[in-house]
Amino acid sequence: MNGLKTLATTAVLLLAAASAAHAGVTLDAIKKNGFIKCGVSDGLPGFSYADEKGNYSGIDVDVCRAIAAAVFGDATKVKFTPLTAKERLTALQSGEIDVLSRNTTWTSSRDSAQGMNFTGITYYDGQGFLVNKKLGVKSAKELDGATVCVQAGTTTELNLSDYFRANKMKLTPISYDKSDESAKSLEAGRCDVLTSDQSQLYAQRIKLAKPDDYIVLPEVISKEPLGPVVRHGDDDWFDIVKWTLFVMVNAEEMGINSKNVEEMKKSTNPDVKRMLGVEGDRGKDFGLANDWMAVVIKQVGNYGEIFDRNVGAGSPLKIERGLNALWNQGGLQYTPPVR
Amino acid sequence: MTELSSAPVKPPFWNNPQVRAIIFQAVALLATVAFGLYLFENTQDNLRRLGIASGFGFLSSPAGFDIIQTLIPYSAASSYGQVFWVALLNTLLVSALGIIFATLLGFIIGVARLSKNWLIAKLALAYIETFRNVPLLLQIFFWYFAVLRAAPAPRQSLSLGDTFFLNIRGLYLPAPQFQPGFGWVLATLGVVIVIVVVLTRWARRRQMATGQPFPILSTALALLIGLPLITFWLAGSPLHWQVPELRGFNFQGGLVIIPEMASLLLALSIYTAAFIAEIVRAGIQAVSHGQTEASFSLGLNSGMTLRLIILPQALRVIIPPMTNQYLNLTKNSSLAAAIGYPDLVSSFAGTTLNQTGQAIECIAITMAVYLTISLLISFVMNWYNRRVALVER
Repeated sequence: MNGLKTLATTAVLLLAAASAAHAGVTLDAIKKNGFIKCGVSDGLPGFSYADEKGNYSGIDVDVCRAIAAAVFGDATKVKFTPLTAKERLTALQSGEIDVLSRNTTWTSSRDSAQGMNFTGITYYDGQGFLVNKKLGVKSAKELDGATVCVQAGTTTELNLSDYFRANKMKLTPISYDKSDESAKSLEAGRCDVLTSDQSQLYAQRIKLAKPDDYIVLPEVISKEPLGPVVRHGDDDWFDIVKWTLFVMVNAEEMGINSKNVEEMKKSTNPDVKRMLGVEGDRGKDFGLANDWMAVVIKQVGNYGEIFDRNVGAGSPLKIERGLNALWNQGGLQYTPPVR
Repeated sequence: MTELSSAPVKPPFWNNPQVRAIIFQAVALLATVAFGLYLFENTQDNLRRLGIASGFGFLSSPAGFDIIQTLIPYSAASSYGQVFWVALLNTLLVSALGIIFATLLGFIIGVARLSKNWLIAKLALAYIETFRNVPLLLQIFFWYFAVLRAAPAPRQSLSLGDTFFLNIRGLYLPAPQFQPGFGWVLATLGVVIVIVVVLTRWARRRQMATGQPFPILSTALALLIGLPLITFWLAGSPLHWQVPELRGFNFQGGLVIIPEMASLLLALSIYTAAFIAEIVRAGIQAVSHGQTEASFSLGLNSGMTLRLIILPQALRVIIPPMTNQYLNLTKNSSLAAAIGYPDLVSSFAGTTLNQTGQAIECIAITMAVYLTISLLISFVMNWYNRRVALVER
């Protein structure tokens, strides 16, 4: 019994010690630290990927940089923490990071029982399957009896089981902690199929030795809205993260980008003037500098720029905008106005 | 002390060492309890503030994910509680097999290390120095990503008589299928075991009394194999074998040893065997050489000397450090998570924790389980240690 008690206190200690670090309002703590602690993926081209020099790039990384630009007026004031899928939610709950920007799917249980707040959707994704062409499989419905590599602790793992159950197919799953291990196992033939969000499949395919030997099957078996996440209970911080993303999408809609933002400040359009902090106090309302939205656009860019350079036409992944196009261009990206 | 003095001077109570000791202990106890309470309250506060659900109710909700190796019935519709049992059994399986293999291998290497044959002794030395000095995680990766990945694809499987198949998905064996009537064979086996135990005791008593040895090992083996075989034949061979066959993507049916399990087991056994070998060597060398000489002069050969004279004495030195190795092996099995073997840390403290967000509960349960397993191993080994310990008469 004594042993059990010791264990219980040890476990309690874990959380208590971590929580001491974020006493008070998140924003105040961040300002005191001088940087934002941002949790990102441990290596996913296009979303979060560190080069040989340790410089991060990707959509998820740019979201963190934009938040830093909003808070400090300097997009470099971010400390990135690479996290596996299994570590990410606990890292946010315990206060090890201020914001989690790690292709994380927005679900009801994460919003409720797990104490998270999703701030928006950076990427509309869906789960797919990557297979070797040699198998001759044309549809996910033909995967009965297949061995499937999947990342542990993800919604993907649950969708996979649901899909095979719904279609009465036999499944042999292997759950790895890291996506790299899944990719290696697919190449070695340990598994027939690799399943993940489609964006990740494209990203992992270019990491394989012979990308052309593999195809992504047409089925998309789930909705995977990916976005930045903060902890429950700090509404001011929640607003800042949420609106940093909204501003970037709005900027694309208004035609403001990192190159023309200074010029646009002279615009006569009141919408543009409000957003860039030329007119009104919309910036100050967040407890930040009045022109923070302009700084975000100038230093990081609008949503379209970020998409293009990381995963879109300007990147090796060459993913179509698809669902991620603006609402007035056939996509789903629609955000509330700055007003 | 003070009785001698006619006018005793009563010292102040804080100078009384007994009172002081009690006060210090009380203060220490209070401080510990207060600290514990503070931690508990703080956690409760934080959980409430963050809106995280707590409690153990999640154990009965459906898990929704599949597991590659399950020793008991499990499907995606089973509960997280069932995940716990599946994961625990997987941990116990790999630990138990690891302990058996490591002990056998360790004993052989340890004895080989002391061999008079130069080559055997040096080979054993090389084995020990290599495997105990390379980190275990690296060894697991070596077996998993280097050695077992060299196995062929399912369609090019290596086969032995079209019943055993080896490919990158694992080692496929025929699965036994017990027909009615197999119970008779098991019953016979039970009866034979009782007979052997009784026989062994009788043989020992007779040898003590008369000095007449009885060939107990060969008799026991003959009984253990022979009688159940006869029953098996009489009952009409009530055992069928389901041979795995290639269908679709992979082999179906039969038993499979997955490479995740094989590499973990190989790495754990080989790594721990290196330490056990050194313990065995130390134990044997702790028995003075005079014992060997005395035994030889009584006419015992070297095998009997090892078995009857050296080992019983060496075991007294071997058992306590051996317990440590068993505990290490069991705890090291948690490295399974690195290669996707569904053990307790991977499936329960990993996936379940992540899908439910119940970090404190999952980690507390997992720690309690490892503690319990470790204490059980300690308990059994201590009991065995007391049995082999020198009885002073």
